[in-house]
Amino acid sequence: MAFSVNFPLFSIVLCLLCAVVSSLLPSKAARAVSIALCAALAAGAACLASYGVSVGKATEYLMGHYPHPWGNELRFGVLEPLLVSVFAVVMLLCLIGGKRYLAADLDPEKSNLYYVMCDLVLVSLTALSYTNDLFTGYVFIEICTIASCGILMIRQLGRTTLASVRYMIFSLIGSGLFLLGLILLYAVTGHLLMPNVKESVAALWAEGRYRTVLLMSMALITVGLGVKSGLFPFHFWMPDTYGYATPSSGGILSGLVSKGYILLLIRIVYGAFGTDIFYRSGISNVLFVFGACGVIVGSISAAREKDVSRMVAYSSAAQIGYIYLGIGLSPGMGVLASLFHILTHALTKPLLFLSAAELASCAGSRQRAVWRGAGHINRVAGFAFSVGAFSMIGIPLTMGFVSKYRFALAAFERPLLMIPTLIVLAVSTVLNGLYFIRVVVAIYLPPERRTDRVRITDHPAYAVCAIAFTAMNLAAGIAALPIVRLLESSLTLL
Amino acid sequence: MKRKKSIKERLREWDADAFDLTERTAGPMHPAPAAPEEEKPEEPPAPERETRLGSRALRILYSVLAALFGTVMLSFLLATASELPPYGAAENPVHNAVSERYIRDGMRETGAVNIVAGVILDYRAFDTLGESHVLFTALTAVLILLLGEGVHRESTGQIRMQQDRIVTNTASVLTPIIILFGVYGILTGHLGPGGGFSGGSIVGAGLILHSVAFGYDRLGRYLNIKTFRIVCFAALAFYSLSKCYSFFCGANGLHTVFSPGVPGRILSAGLILPLNIAVGVVVACTMYGLFSVFQRGKI
Repeated sequence: MAFSVNFPLFSIVLCLLCAVVSSLLPSKAARAVSIALCAALAAGAACLASYGVSVGKATEYLMGHYPHPWGNELRFGVLEPLLVSVFAVVMLLCLIGGKRYLAADLDPEKSNLYYVMCDLVLVSLTALSYTNDLFTGYVFIEICTIASCGILMIRQLGRTTLASVRYMIFSLIGSGLFLLGLILLYAVTGHLLMPNVKESVAALWAEGRYRTVLLMSMALITVGLGVKSGLFPFHFWMPDTYGYATPSSGGILSGLVSKGYILLLIRIVYGAFGTDIFYRSGISNVLFVFGACGVIVGSISAAREKDVSRMVAYSSAAQIGYIYLGIGLSPGMGVLASLFHILTHALTKPLLFLSAAELASCAGSRQRAVWRGAGHINRVAGFAFSVGAFSMIGIPLTMGFVSKYRFALAAFERPLLMIPTLIVLAVSTVLNGLYFIRVVVAIYLPPERRTDRVRITDHPAYAVCAIAFTAMNLAAGIAALPIVRLLESSLTLL
Repeated sequence: MKRKKSIKERLREWDADAFDLTERTAGPMHPAPAAPEEEKPEEPPAPERETRLGSRALRILYSVLAALFGTVMLSFLLATASELPPYGAAENPVHNAVSERYIRDGMRETGAVNIVAGVILDYRAFDTLGESHVLFTALTAVLILLLGEGVHRESTGQIRMQQDRIVTNTASVLTPIIILFGVYGILTGHLGPGGGFSGGSIVGAGLILHSVAFGYDRLGRYLNIKTFRIVCFAALAFYSLSKCYSFFCGANGLHTVFSPGVPGRILSAGLILPLNIAVGVVVACTMYGLFSVFQRGKI
């Protein structure tokens, strides 16, 4: 057993320690700690992913001296460390890129607490990815809920406070449903560790006992995680939450936090329910329908929105819809497309939020109407926003194209759902094009008045982050096949 | 009395404050966007041109649908509950090899007479590690929300603790007993009912009673935000590091230096006693901290 299998344990403990230490440190030091932590976590997870690829099987890691079903466990193959390392990189770039806004939005007296919360979000994402125990999942869902409210409401405006109250209510409903589902599952299986739950569920399903309870618990867990990640019709907290948070938080919340819950759902479906039973139960069809509705409704709401940050936030609702649509389609190809879209969205949305904030500060307002020429004033932000927008529309060479292509491919596996999926894809692509192209065209129109150009060196932190995000997006969009293959092989290890 | 502002008016004011992007105010101020719907977040936003009659019809439809949905969900859940295994029956699925080993071997393997302590601090210690950080997270979130508002509140005189003789006298008798009982609960958590969570909350309640009766100044001399942070840091860091060591040893098949000892002794059960103390400290701090922050905006 290589030493790198200990990295998940070390990264979780390191995050917790950093969070606690940061509460004592001044803000600058806390920021440095958070950034270093993200970098360390990304490096460790990348090592672990390469170990997973070389071994070709998943590792079960005891948290203590007792194997399952008695003690807590972690479990990781390739997918989990891969996503953790992407999450850590994205968080790192968010923290770097939004530096200017963080300085303006945070009260200096408590700005170190922001980084405490970021560390806690990171630890919960890590633990949600690695855990092999359903109750551990719930514990870190709790941490994630509170910490994500924290990074939202630290910008203390009326709007953000209102948004965080709403976000908290929805999020707690989600946690409550998840917990209820977990209790039902425990009552009929008597286990909390995923491998044992899977065994018992399969046995009970074959015998036909406790059918209602099993169905209900699957539905509650799925819906609970769906509510928390903003699945239609529970996406109404999104525009305020993502749109009014400080841009770094907007990026973290939309790009990472919702993905953590979705990843947990995928792992539960594969590891605890078993794909056979989950896809035979009909819950996947419900997910498909709500995902498809979410895509359309989110796109329409985004098209009606005049405030660009809120528009980008509504587009998140559509992207989450895509992910659930993929999960609902089929276990192999559908989930693969969803996983790729998780990566796409995690790498694109933070870029869009940060660039929108940058352009808004050029234009003087977040309203689309006054953005004319902003792309000429701030060229980096303009270019980055355009790449992000193209990626969300699904124009070739960007990651968005690959994920839409994978969704279409997955649709052909389900003859009955093929036509609806293709229609949804087509309609939403047109709608995405409608509202994103409108903004991209506006920022490249000749400006109405002469304004000084913003140079790269004016905001170096943002420029670094924008260039990194753009480069990753284009690289992954052009050389998508290795990534898809990697995800495909990692799915077999779940 | 001032007229109460409607939610729409307040939202408009917030927007004016919030999105006046001060870095470059050359651009025109945007008009206040339409306030999002407040009462019915699950409905698509109603267009502004809608008449009052239309929105009332929508609201009635909405409440009918909500009632219908609630009834359907209720019946589903009742159906589920009726199928659940009967409470406490011997052949229930939860009575399996898991609980059997906890009950049969728990004392030998963990050294804790109290099985619950053995389960939460040894068999499933990772959950508890997360759980104790939930408290820390909650306290930090409340600090983010409320810290710094204390000055404002005290100056408006909204909150003034009243010193009442009955409360003071009762508290002077009860506080030491309560705190002592809490400490006893923490220290003997591995031997009987008690433990970090329950003992810590009793200590926290004692501290709260003391501060209610005698004011914050006496406690504040040694319980200020700095001590809080240091104490929380020490407890949680100890918890994380010691458990990291123990998890690492467990996963790699190494021996730990902590042994279960002789069950029943006060110094036994390996890490459980120190962890109970750490958890108890964190819980007491969080309880008192939450009360204090909500009451006056600082610790």
